[in-house]
Amino acid sequence: MNLHQFLITPTALAQRTGPNDKIVLSSRVRLARNVRGVAFPGWAKKPDRVRTCEKLRAAVESLPQMEGAFAESMEALTALDKQVLVERHLISREHAAKSSGSGLVLSKDESLCVMINEEDHLRVQSLRPGLQLKEVWAAIDQADTALESKLDYAFSSTLGYLTACPTNLGTGIRVSAMLHLPALVLAEQINQIIQAVNKLGLAVRGFYGEGTEALGNVFQVSNQMTLGETEIEIVERLSKVVAQIIEHEENARGSLLEKKAKMVFNHVGRAYGILANAHSISSKETMNLLSLMRLGVELGMFPGAESSVVAELFVVTQPAHLQLGHTEKLSADERDILRADMVRERLRTVNRPVTPPETTGPALDKPTP
Amino acid sequence: MLCMICKQNEAKVHLTQMVEGKIKKVDLCEECSKAKGVDDPTGFSLADLLLGLGASQEMAQATAGTDVRCPTCGFTQADFKKSGRLGCADCYSTFSEGLEGLLKTMHKGTHHVGKIPRAQQQGKDLDERLKSLQKRLEQAVAGENYEEAAKLRDQIKVLREGFSGVMAA
Repeated sequence: MNLHQFLITPTALAQRTGPNDKIVLSSRVRLARNVRGVAFPGWAKKPDRVRTCEKLRAAVESLPQMEGAFAESMEALTALDKQVLVERHLISREHAAKSSGSGLVLSKDESLCVMINEEDHLRVQSLRPGLQLKEVWAAIDQADTALESKLDYAFSSTLGYLTACPTNLGTGIRVSAMLHLPALVLAEQINQIIQAVNKLGLAVRGFYGEGTEALGNVFQVSNQMTLGETEIEIVERLSKVVAQIIEHEENARGSLLEKKAKMVFNHVGRAYGILANAHSISSKETMNLLSLMRLGVELGMFPGAESSVVAELFVVTQPAHLQLGHTEKLSADERDILRADMVRERLRTVNRPVTPPETTGPALDKPTP
Repeated sequence: MLCMICKQNEAKVHLTQMVEGKIKKVDLCEECSKAKGVDDPTGFSLADLLLGLGASQEMAQATAGTDVRCPTCGFTQADFKKSGRLGCADCYSTFSEGLEGLLKTMHKGTHHVGKIPRAQQQGKDLDERLKSLQKRLEQAVAGENYEEAAKLRDQIKVLREGFSGVMAA
């Protein structure tokens, strides 16, 4: 099966909606699971890994949730396929580096994705747009319960689910929300927020997960501890923290408009100016500017423009997605030019930003001495 | 003091953070602090560093023993020190002594309190204990030992509630 025919189009992806999706891009829960009798993937011999992978793949594919799923060995996927999956946040960068003896099963609606023989035998993840951590947990819990009847999970009554890395031991759960926080960054409050979140034992990471930078003002908040707390407690704690961050971001947007409207308009206007007129632009700059444009759309500065236009550009301007439409391998410079062409073209239908008259008023009325 | 990551250069960057009421410290040299993104506060979490680094005191303790080898998969403590990962599920009992301190710093507790697979041990254990208690209850009633029977009845009740909680989880 061809991965690119299977994957949901970026246009359809950008049109998906969920609660609080202005600020919460997606909610995700991941479970780490291993089976008894086979060493963890990092230590198992290759023949064992291959055999386990086949067995696990059959079990995962037989789940009702996986009807019509995409299932493939990592060996059969090209480097570009893997990079596209990373850019869609469906697999980890570590998994993209795997080959034979590792696999992937992805449900038709892309809400359930299972990595086989990543760091653990199974990394099951469930993903939905907007803030719906509890719903995502319920969905993955159900899939996991169905799986455990087919597999003999490595489980200890005192230590819980046994994982390759002790940091995942116990529940094996990682609950995370991807947040778009441009106003907190502009208001220079983001570091305070990150520190406060860290104090609660939660991690804040960048766009592509562990060890990556916060491109496009996107931050991932997730739990760190997995042992000594129930899944529900972890999900609820994270939901509460995310709800508070949403409130802070909304307040920051409000107070920026009230006190530093010119600064916001300047950032959004410049972002639009560059995006709509550049002839070469890097992926990183594109993401950072699209973030500001998205903020502008949400603040009503682009009347008539759909926020999905920006969301879609966020997906399709990433390097592997850009390479997709081309048979020859593009160099970074060529990609930068193609990216700029694509962004200019898409933004042709988006008029330049308008600034609300009531907020521009006072600044201009200021008498000049 | 040497850097916790490279263990070669003098540590010049010292960080302290409270994580769930526990004070955690990290000492790094300039190169490693840059490599870990410590100078960029947005991309940095001390807990990440500690958990991913595998160089804290607890880690040293967990890997201190010599020549312990997992009888199931042949994994050694030296391997754990190198990768921060274990070899197989049985490694948790092989290396349990050293791991305890590490788990304490990493996690909220050292006992699993979450989901339990229905089919597995816990359920079976509870089931067996229930059956044996019920048998003793019947014997107690038959022998008109009502004090003992009342105690057993309460124990069964507690166990049943725990069991249904498990099944619902």
